[in-house]
Amino acid sequence: MYRYNALDQRIVDERVGQFRDQVRRRLSGELSEDEFRPLRLMNGLYYQRHAYMLRVAIPYGVLSTAQVRMLAHIARTFDRGYGHFTTRQNIQYNWPELEAVPDILACLAQVQMHAIQTSGNCVRNISADHLAGVARDEAVDPRPYCEIMRQWSTFHPEFSYLPRKFKLAFTGATTDRAAIKLHDIGYRALRSPEGEVGFQVWVGGGMGRTPVVGELLHPFLPERDLLSFTESILRVYNELGDRKDKYKARIKILVRRLGVAEFRRLVDEDHAATRTPELVLTPERVAAMAAHFAPPAFDPEAPAHDALVDEKASEDAAFRAWLGHNVAPHKVPGYHAVIVSLKAPDVPPGDVTDAQLEALADIADDHAFGEVRSLHTQNLLLASVASRDLYAVWQRLRLVKLATPNVDTLTDQICCPGFDFCSLANAASIPVAQEIAEAFDDLDHLYDLGEIKLKISGCINACGHHHVGHIGILGIDKRGADFYQVMLGGAEGDDASLGRILGPAFAREAVVPAIGRILAAYVDLRADGERFLDTVRRLGLQPFKERAYAH
Amino acid sequence: MPTEPRRLIVDRQIVEDAWTHVADDAPLPAGPAIVSRERWLAGDAAGHAPLGVLYQPDEDPLADVDRLGELALIAFAFPAFSDGRPLSRARKLRQIVGFTGQIRAVGDVLRDQILYMWRCGFDAFEVRADKSLEDALAAFAEFSVDYQASTPRRLSEG
Repeated sequence: MYRYNALDQRIVDERVGQFRDQVRRRLSGELSEDEFRPLRLMNGLYYQRHAYMLRVAIPYGVLSTAQVRMLAHIARTFDRGYGHFTTRQNIQYNWPELEAVPDILACLAQVQMHAIQTSGNCVRNISADHLAGVARDEAVDPRPYCEIMRQWSTFHPEFSYLPRKFKLAFTGATTDRAAIKLHDIGYRALRSPEGEVGFQVWVGGGMGRTPVVGELLHPFLPERDLLSFTESILRVYNELGDRKDKYKARIKILVRRLGVAEFRRLVDEDHAATRTPELVLTPERVAAMAAHFAPPAFDPEAPAHDALVDEKASEDAAFRAWLGHNVAPHKVPGYHAVIVSLKAPDVPPGDVTDAQLEALADIADDHAFGEVRSLHTQNLLLASVASRDLYAVWQRLRLVKLATPNVDTLTDQICCPGFDFCSLANAASIPVAQEIAEAFDDLDHLYDLGEIKLKISGCINACGHHHVGHIGILGIDKRGADFYQVMLGGAEGDDASLGRILGPAFAREAVVPAIGRILAAYVDLRADGERFLDTVRRLGLQPFKERAYAH
Repeated sequence: MPTEPRRLIVDRQIVEDAWTHVADDAPLPAGPAIVSRERWLAGDAAGHAPLGVLYQPDEDPLADVDRLGELALIAFAFPAFSDGRPLSRARKLRQIVGFTGQIRAVGDVLRDQILYMWRCGFDAFEVRADKSLEDALAAFAEFSVDYQASTPRRLSEG
């Protein structure tokens, strides 16, 4: 993984000093709250319902075990012993004191981490395919480009006061696991028939109140133009994006207003005039960055199957279930990727304790080349585990309740913090997720239902990505009571689509029974082996609507 | 009563302002004057030298590119510090047009943004009147390294 050089370290160290001084000026009254707000937001510090919330960047979701241990230390020392992984692959702390935040940032800087641009109207933390570098269907490892873009976007002088936040995502694989069509800009690295690297560039996707699937802006942007072309997109947006109405300020609205053809013309025109030599990405620079992401020392002798693992799998149903649901294929024979579920039934989705983080760091040091990744599904990942170690890894994960075998099932829910924490939320979301987890706790039933992506947001800002859930749940406030809209048919990958609202919103206590009736309808209606999403797409909403409201 | 001359930051130094902002309905004084774009385009400042023009965020100097040679100074209004449009305008002025005169930030100009402005090609800062100029100067020292190339303030130096 990437290691800071002296320049990288100096920038985060100087950022700590700058923010320490900004906090000092705020506490002394030199800065008003109005003046301080955009400064703290540029550093991931929100003021929430009960306290400050600090969001720490995990660039493209990759962590060393030293970083994981520091996140545990921060949770224990400055928070209440836990952190919350988000859908942007970041981690949030819900209870820091303002006075302590500079010290937290100093701790992060010690392990080459920061909270830079995890909020504010700037380029946010860049997300990526969680299987980058290990996926079997990958043409190009996107991580070197992610790091190049992270550095380029950090404190970019021209693009730090955009009309609104700006999110980038990268994949280099055939299957889109990074939701590139639902980002302000999404990039898919690919190779031409001649073997040259370029990028499919998608622009203007996003969720929030106006969900939009992105448009194809460029079918094959040459590698050398990645930075200069991205600058041109941002410049056109910076100058022409709506600054009067924050709900019309995202680039998706500009692209829709201009039309993608006119937007492309403006970007091309700017690109022709501003593409300076220092923005050209040279093969040497890419190669130097790629060296940071060289594969770890895989054992060429690692057996694809291990007798002990096979034996345990045949005699232990719990281990077999975990192998079947939480373990993914790996491009190197004899290795697997292990998804660490943060969706245990009695825990808010994405929450993890200091002790769990430390245990996971130990497991990763012993069995996964000292690396842990965060997923946009609010789970964690050990990217490369030798197949022969799977039983040992499972046992150790199970001891710390990190082996719930429910990945990609109904209870592997995405859920925003909701009304319990967030000052934007209209309704509770975590308690709904927990009621669903309790109601559908029978694993055999979950497995029979198959792949279902359920996503819950506590308000229309859609941090829980409800628009792209196979089942989406949106909390709304109806005269002081929590109600929930249910939508079906959303998806976020290559076949991205937006869910459609089933009908009138349900009262809180009616949500779980309604989900139960929708799932029963699916079981009755599905063709052999058909996923929930595909049944909804084949039959439309009507049969589900009839059942959901028939009681 | 004579008013004190305005002080501002030019080229990272606190100096007295040689320029005067002139309202649309006021007569043009002798010496360096900054007028609105509207007044300039109307021909109401023709022949005055040295002349500066104040652009609002929704006005793009590149639309006037054939006439920018008349100007010794281009100022950008920041109605709010969070409006980043002038950052792109300034960058294009330096890079595409090759403008070598002063580029000045006017309005909600605060310590915590002026380093970014500087790096986009601004070289003069009318720091908001209720803020300390000395304090604002400290912003230039907050970061000693950057990831991006800065836009040269004068192309001849670039």
